[in-house]
Amino acid sequence: MENHMTRQPLLEIENLAVSYFTRAGEIPAVADFNLRLDAGEAVGLVGESGCGKTTVAMAIMRYLGGNGRIVDGSIRFQDRDLTTMGKEELRQLRGSAIAMVYQEPMAALNPSMTIGAQLMEVPRFHDGATHAEAYERSRELLADVKLADSARLMAAYPHQLSGGQQQRVVIAMALLSNPKLLLLDEPTTALDVTVEAGIVELIRELAQKYGTGMLYISHNLGLIRDTCDRVCIMYSGRAVEMGSVRQLFEQPRHPYTQGLFHCIALPSTDKLARPLKPIRGQLPLPHQRPPGCSFAPRCDHFAAGTCDTPGLKMHEIGGGHEVRCERWRDIDKDAVTVTAPAEAAQAVGEEVISVNDLSKYYAVRDRSVAAMITRRRVRYVKANESLTFTAREGETVAIVGESGCGKSTFAKVLMGLETATDGAIEFQGKDIANTDVQQRSRKQVSALQMVFQNPFDTLNPSQSVGSQIGRVIRKFDSSTDRSKVRSRVVELLDLVKLPRDFMHRRPRQLSGGQKQRVGIARAFAGNPSAVVADEPVSALDVSVAAAVTALLLDIQRRNRTTLLFISHDLGVVRYLADRVVVMYLGRVMEQGTTEEVFSPPYHPYTEALLSAVPVADTRVRKKRIILEGTLPSPLNPPKGCPFASRCQRKIGDICDTTPPPVLASPSGHAIACHIALAELAEVEPVFTVEQADAAE
Amino acid sequence: MAILILKRIGTMALMMLVVSLIVFLLLEIDKESVAVKVLGVFTTEEQRRLWLEANGYFEPLYLRYFSWLAGFVTGDLGESTVFRVPVSEILWPRLANTAILGVLAMLVLIPLSLLLGVFAGMREGSLQDRAISVVSIITTSVPEFASGIFLVAVFVVGLHLLPGTSTMIEGFDLTQLVLPVAVLVIYDFGYVTRMTRASMAEVMMTPYIRTAVLKGLPFRRVIVRHALRNALIAPFTVIMLQINWLLSGVIVVELLFAYKGFGTLLLEAALNGDIFVIEACTMVAVFVAVATQTIADLGYTLLNPRIRFT
Amino acid sequence: MMTEQVVGETAPPSVVRQTVRSIGYLKESPVAVIGTAIVVFWSLVAILAPLISPFEPTATILPFARPLTPAPDGGRFLLGTDQLGRDILSRIIWGSRTVLIYAPLATFSAYLVGVMMGLAAGYLRGSTDSVLSFVSNVILSFPVLILYILIITTIGPSGLNVVIAVTFASAPGIMRIVRGLVLDLRNREYVAAAQTRGESAWYIMLCEILPNARGPLVVDICLRLGYVTITIGTLGFLGLGLPPPRPDWGGMVSDIRALAPAFPHMAVFPCLAISSLVLGLNLLADGLREISLRD
Repeated sequence: MENHMTRQPLLEIENLAVSYFTRAGEIPAVADFNLRLDAGEAVGLVGESGCGKTTVAMAIMRYLGGNGRIVDGSIRFQDRDLTTMGKEELRQLRGSAIAMVYQEPMAALNPSMTIGAQLMEVPRFHDGATHAEAYERSRELLADVKLADSARLMAAYPHQLSGGQQQRVVIAMALLSNPKLLLLDEPTTALDVTVEAGIVELIRELAQKYGTGMLYISHNLGLIRDTCDRVCIMYSGRAVEMGSVRQLFEQPRHPYTQGLFHCIALPSTDKLARPLKPIRGQLPLPHQRPPGCSFAPRCDHFAAGTCDTPGLKMHEIGGGHEVRCERWRDIDKDAVTVTAPAEAAQAVGEEVISVNDLSKYYAVRDRSVAAMITRRRVRYVKANESLTFTAREGETVAIVGESGCGKSTFAKVLMGLETATDGAIEFQGKDIANTDVQQRSRKQVSALQMVFQNPFDTLNPSQSVGSQIGRVIRKFDSSTDRSKVRSRVVELLDLVKLPRDFMHRRPRQLSGGQKQRVGIARAFAGNPSAVVADEPVSALDVSVAAAVTALLLDIQRRNRTTLLFISHDLGVVRYLADRVVVMYLGRVMEQGTTEEVFSPPYHPYTEALLSAVPVADTRVRKKRIILEGTLPSPLNPPKGCPFASRCQRKIGDICDTTPPPVLASPSGHAIACHIALAELAEVEPVFTVEQADAAE
Repeated sequence: MAILILKRIGTMALMMLVVSLIVFLLLEIDKESVAVKVLGVFTTEEQRRLWLEANGYFEPLYLRYFSWLAGFVTGDLGESTVFRVPVSEILWPRLANTAILGVLAMLVLIPLSLLLGVFAGMREGSLQDRAISVVSIITTSVPEFASGIFLVAVFVVGLHLLPGTSTMIEGFDLTQLVLPVAVLVIYDFGYVTRMTRASMAEVMMTPYIRTAVLKGLPFRRVIVRHALRNALIAPFTVIMLQINWLLSGVIVVELLFAYKGFGTLLLEAALNGDIFVIEACTMVAVFVAVATQTIADLGYTLLNPRIRFT
Repeated sequence: MMTEQVVGETAPPSVVRQTVRSIGYLKESPVAVIGTAIVVFWSLVAILAPLISPFEPTATILPFARPLTPAPDGGRFLLGTDQLGRDILSRIIWGSRTVLIYAPLATFSAYLVGVMMGLAAGYLRGSTDSVLSFVSNVILSFPVLILYILIITTIGPSGLNVVIAVTFASAPGIMRIVRGLVLDLRNREYVAAAQTRGESAWYIMLCEILPNARGPLVVDICLRLGYVTITIGTLGFLGLGLPPPRPDWGGMVSDIRALAPAFPHMAVFPCLAISSLVLGLNLLADGLREISLRD
């Protein structure tokens, strides 16, 4: 790349400060923010929720809502200041020179207008195109974003498209006027990982083709590595570090950036090589930010007198790499204080859960005329089909798959909220597949508990933390002695490392991570022998998620609990699971120990899934596999292999017509595929880690 | 779609059947009291027994219900005990009068409340929004009989602008309809306005409106093309339900202004125990209400592509 | 040892403190403050009626007196008298008792029925829901005043019957609201957590779901109180309310309907009374909604 100092910048943000004005007063969202973006360049804006990254994008668009205001600084776009621009001039820029792609594609599209009508507005209002021209251009762009059958799509309504297709439409809409600058606000966060891989690939291609400058906002460092030239890390409303992707990923200087990297579990390396190190504490609320460095309360390198003086500046440390840390010289960039992994490989015990040929179908009544004529009015969604696997005492079994793969249905059947259609689940020697939770004995219920996904509704907002945990204790223990219950609540709060006076708090006074900890305490209240954790950290920020994951693992190890960990995050799975079950469309595609699943032979789906995961490590080379097509309807699954319609290694008609055999190795590694194991074993690994070269 | 319409009409028929059963049971299960109401209090037991026998009241209850229902379906609504004429002879003209009142009220109500609601919800929290909200809260707080009294006090007693009664004795007179329509509109428009406002404000907060604005569309286009279509789905249902409210409202208004409509007919019948008139009026009113409800449901489906194409 | 330390630390918030705090919340909305003031004013009037009423509400003293006419035995008819010579102010003061006893009673009773129906329909779903929803659809398909007329003419006008009629006519509407809230709340994970520990359906409905629906329900209670007030007034106006001579605002207007053009004061003041009370309740509801949306 040319030296960007000599080029005319496309976007130049100087000293930007944005505040929201609420009843509580002024809340600064972004302060002292500087950014330069050249034509055709891609800059990543990274940070956890509440760090102000979206506010920056909305400030560029001058769309801050009723109570947001730019209080200082300038945003120059092609040498025009956006902050002082008139309404009409601004309107002409929006959607033509600067365009935006949003996080929730379904919500970003108007539900009552056809795709075509929404696309055609752009050329009609910005370029004065005629109806016919606008139609033609829109269709061309739909083809450009690789949407087949564009004529049909033009007449479709948004809800008739899949999430991935919707996002492609939004991207097409953004590119219709050939913008100079594209703002992407978490464009793939709402999508499944294999769909995400397709979108990321598309963005990269199109940016090259159209020469568009991009500001890519994300919380996912792996995605930034795949899409951007330069990165800016934000924390609590300020940029803390900025530089090229190589500089930042290989030599992070700010303690927060370093901390972030230590919180990310990578699917490419195992836990022994790279233990997670959570950042302690939590993000300060805007009105509780400390003077000086906002990261100071969580920082291991804090020095009084230096870090707590107000008005800390960015320091240029060479090659365009900047860092807002007074002590950057003193901090050893490679200093990873490896806390000994609590990882003494444990011997697993007896089988606790044994799932045998389990199926769960949901009946769906079809009320269409065709169904009435053919008399096939009731059809079945095969949410789970012939699941078979086991979990032993003290073992962590991860169930992996994308949305719609049936992992949550399985959890419901296991917990007794639904009953199985066929097959058995043996738990502690008894079949519980057809026993509703109400019919299970108190011992069975307390022995099998669950940690839920969403921190915002895992706890009842109208009951205090203590009474919610206490209720579980009383329910399982039948001891109604108040002081005994109370002391047990205290014990459990200690267990999840929460202060004891949290027992009187209401859930709304807790942060997301704290709520998940209470959720864990609740699940462990009855000393369960098995716990199902349904995506327990997926809604949390990385730094908090790492701490919650570590806690969950720690408790599980100490109590020798069987943990069924449902997740779509292969990095976390590799980090904590002993064994992995990969599901697709209600069936098990592959299962084995974590090492077996994460290295060849792979099931082609596992291979594609692994390659779709963005990896935040520049030393990792990744094989690129992009899956075509969308998930088939579970109402009408393929006759043969469920994955056949999207498989990159499909060998022929047999895949479509015959269900694949389960190929098992003696160790228990099983793959459901028509391709011979030996052949799959020769596939090159998805990840190859470059050895650190001498220069580093 | 055809199936949906058929299903809705089926539900409607079932509902009318249940309603008719309720009305029948409520008013006719006690045949003694029917006889008293029809023949008057000053009749002997023997007279009543003879009348009951002559009119088939000693048949089993379900047979009585079916013959009653058959009469209804074929248009035989019985005879008014007060006017001594077939009910249908008095009911239809009265209903026509009420229809005039109701249509006029809707003609004012719909544009007024939609316009104000959209106007208020377009910029939430603005001065126009607050003003409209306050006005609509105040007007919905005043019962119809009270606003009628206030209007009479001001326009009839105070300013001598309008007639205080709407008897139409000297033929049709539009000025006599001004106050009744005003009372109906004043009570109802606040509710519809607030619903429209809430719906509009909600739509204005959605991400797809943000998309439209950030696409660089003029504000007018954002409102007219993107917001209105989605924002008016909810008010449509609300407006159709207003017909149900209006049927209540006309009773008060017609009594207040002595208007010869369906409401006064029902009220007089209720006070005089004119049992077959009560039955006929109730059934007609419920039919109108259920029919509009059905139309509202179908319209909602038609307006909402998310339901239309699945 | 550790336990004791915790026990001593912070006591759970008392009911008193919570009440004080929720009144504190009201201050955040001027609309709610005005609404509360009006409602409190009328409540005080109702409670203190024997003390503040200048005349006996049923005493016939001087017919057709205009406002401010001096009374024969001293004092003034501030708001005039009606056609039977009864002091209008006294009748309004005593009439507030009628409204403020029957409206809350009827609303409470309707809520009891409606909430139970809504919880059962929304949580149990299936055939329970179908039956309850159909029943409520049938009742709601009656134009509401016609339903009242039908009920009252069948069971006769009396205070208790007004309560029964209001319960019958309003419970389906309350059920719909509660059902909608429950359908949303039942998918929360804390409900799933209660289910996975084997809690009974009624425990989940009453302890896990209902408390979290209270926000919208409190707002609806205020609106419905206002609406029931209007209903009681309207029934009185139609001559279907409480039997005379008990003063009741709607009935006062009904009695002199024909005289209103000649003697507007007889009708206007009771109308102002009922309108202001309903306005107070509606403002309170609006303020509460505003406050609940903020947090």
